[in-house]
Amino acid sequence: MKKEFIITTYSENHIGLTNRITIILTRRQVNIESLTGSESALPGIHKITIVINEEEEKVKNIVKQIDKIVDVLKAFYHTNEEMIYQEIALYKVLTKSLMESDDIEKLIRSHNARILEITPEYTVIEKTGHKEETQDLFQGLNKFGVLQFIRSGRIALTRSPIEKLSEFLKERDELLERVETRRKLRKAN
Amino acid sequence: MTTKEKETRRSQQQDVEITGSEAVIRSLIAEGAEVIFGYPGGAIMPVYDALYDYRNALRHILTRHEQGAVHAAQGYARVTGKVGVCIATSGPGATNLMTGIADAQIDSTPLVCITGQVTSGLLGTDAFQESDVVGLSMPVTKWNFQITTPEDIPEAIAKAFYIAASGRPGPVLLDITKDAQFGKLKYKYAKCHKIRSYVPEYPVNKEKLAEAATLINGAKKPFLVFGQGIMLGEAERELKSFIDKTGIPAAWTLLGLSALNSDHPLNVGMLGMHGNYGPNIKTNECDLLIAVGMRFDDRVTGTLKTYAKQAKIIHIEIDPAEINKNVKTDVALLGDAKKILRLLTHIVSPNKHKEWVKEFKQAMAIEVKKVIHSDVYPTKPGLTMGEVVRRVSEYTKNKAVIVSDVGQHQMATARYSRFTQPRSHITSGGLGTMGFGLPAAIGAKLGEPNREVVVFAGDGGFQMTIQELGTIAQEKLGVKMVILNNHFLGMVRQWQELFFEKRYSFTEILSPDFVKVADAYGIPGNHVTDRDKLDDAIKVMFETEGPYLLEVNIEKDDNVFPMVPAGASVSDILLSPEDAVK
Repeated sequence: MKKEFIITTYSENHIGLTNRITIILTRRQVNIESLTGSESALPGIHKITIVINEEEEKVKNIVKQIDKIVDVLKAFYHTNEEMIYQEIALYKVLTKSLMESDDIEKLIRSHNARILEITPEYTVIEKTGHKEETQDLFQGLNKFGVLQFIRSGRIALTRSPIEKLSEFLKERDELLERVETRRKLRKAN
Repeated sequence: MTTKEKETRRSQQQDVEITGSEAVIRSLIAEGAEVIFGYPGGAIMPVYDALYDYRNALRHILTRHEQGAVHAAQGYARVTGKVGVCIATSGPGATNLMTGIADAQIDSTPLVCITGQVTSGLLGTDAFQESDVVGLSMPVTKWNFQITTPEDIPEAIAKAFYIAASGRPGPVLLDITKDAQFGKLKYKYAKCHKIRSYVPEYPVNKEKLAEAATLINGAKKPFLVFGQGIMLGEAERELKSFIDKTGIPAAWTLLGLSALNSDHPLNVGMLGMHGNYGPNIKTNECDLLIAVGMRFDDRVTGTLKTYAKQAKIIHIEIDPAEINKNVKTDVALLGDAKKILRLLTHIVSPNKHKEWVKEFKQAMAIEVKKVIHSDVYPTKPGLTMGEVVRRVSEYTKNKAVIVSDVGQHQMATARYSRFTQPRSHITSGGLGTMGFGLPAAIGAKLGEPNREVVVFAGDGGFQMTIQELGTIAQEKLGVKMVILNNHFLGMVRQWQELFFEKRYSFTEILSPDFVKVADAYGIPGNHVTDRDKLDDAIKVMFETEGPYLLEVNIEKDDNVFPMVPAGASVSDILLSPEDAVK
């Protein structure tokens, strides 16, 4: 059964790496629901978060293929339940419709949204939340006409207390040392 | 001191200011490259200019097409176990490499491909002979990288060789802009041994090893299937020790061929679509399947729905992404085949499995009677591919490097050549690239100059890279070419006959007189049509010094059997066309 999965990759910040990751998905006819890239807590290490709708078996294989990319340090996948995640949406409405009644103001209050900018012509509203929540607000606002709408890709954190990347890097270093020592031994034999 | 030694010594000077191009050449020499294949052009000219000063230390083979260069580098890498190197210019030069790179990727062949690129200021402007080579090659390389500054050249080349050869090998492409080739740098070379984002292989898991040993000791009908991973991991001796101790019959994939001597009593033959009868039917009868260094390709497994469902499965594999990709395993042993097989051999109990091995021999007897005898010792008029392949193999005392192209003759070559040493069978497996054979044989001969190198090709595939006769002539390479000419694109014709109601759509192919073509290049050759002339013709071919082309006329209805039809179960293997009708 297909469901939503969040793929997280830690990688070097190299040109073209996003492309290398996404072609693994496109080759398998998997659509990307959202994709976000940013620097991680460790300088120089890039974090990409991808949301896809797929069967878990297929997701496992995809993550192994991503993990195999030389410049990728590590790739993981999680279900929505396993992560804390958020998206951000921006809505532009006519300032006139905001002024005509208090309906829009009520919507903003009840959705915990906020106003970013008001000009005589238009007003920009911001809302963070899960997709259903930002979509809900869109439906509400659209009754009065939404001029422009944009939703960001998903960002997500695991429920573990710290980003285990530094530990991971240390373990990785030890692993590579072991492999290298063995390789040298084998050569010497 | 010879010129070669002088050049080599000069290439080793560190901390000197040189051009990026010279750094490319010096880095290649530092990595132990001795032979490279390529074709010059605008954007790679600075590298060719630098090569001129090192042409004795680094032998360059000018092919007639970039596809020839990359396939030759593949052939060289496959026989030697070293990294194959090829060079091409930007644009069309680079795009012409793609087929070979894709071939090397799917067949895990270590390659470093170097392409010239337009000056960095022109990138993205649709400049003359500009193409997005990094973008184009991304899906078919293990790693690729564009170099735009001369200082990056030595490190990138060191990384390229390390990535290409380590772990599961594969092709790497470096795209070097012309300004990076012209620019100066302070040259210093250090080999790469570690990349923090890349784990070439994992250490062996001792618990899993014990689990595997328990399964092996308890199995009544264990069956080992191996692929090219044995040779890539230099685990031929370990494989032999393991089966000798456990008495487990072993079968090979197309690319695993020659890792185990043909006459080893436990070598039960080839797996897959045109493999042997026993290995295919026994796959679905064994109680334990031990897969080593192979990836369960669909041409090996047939339909996965019925593949070895009754058996426990142990998968010994270096690439984690191959585990559970196609076939679910019970015990996955991740890591180096050499190490894992050695450790396993220590802890498993000795065994014979006499009755079980006998079952394979019985299946082989059936196949000999129904297929092999008439393929190799036919009595009907008209030569068969099987008899030609077997005669050639026997003439070389089964010691030759055998290269094949793609199609019916490829299957006949795999089925009927015999081998006494590893890395002796070179063919395009995963990609099935027609035109691979002739250039790959060039690379193989340069890698193994003291061995006989024979390429079998069909009339179709040979014409796809026929221009490489020029390379053979120019370099005076003693490649023995045997064209098995049935005047058809035989494998497609076979499928049309069996599955498309004999509608022979565009498979009849007109060929030139290949012997005359060879003659135009100054390469001697001969035609054979009659059985009683075959042995003499083969003798003359091998006794003639240098290259030789033998064109053999083959019966057009000499089809390849046995056959597992596409999408069928391995146990539904057909022994003859009559079986197909049934």
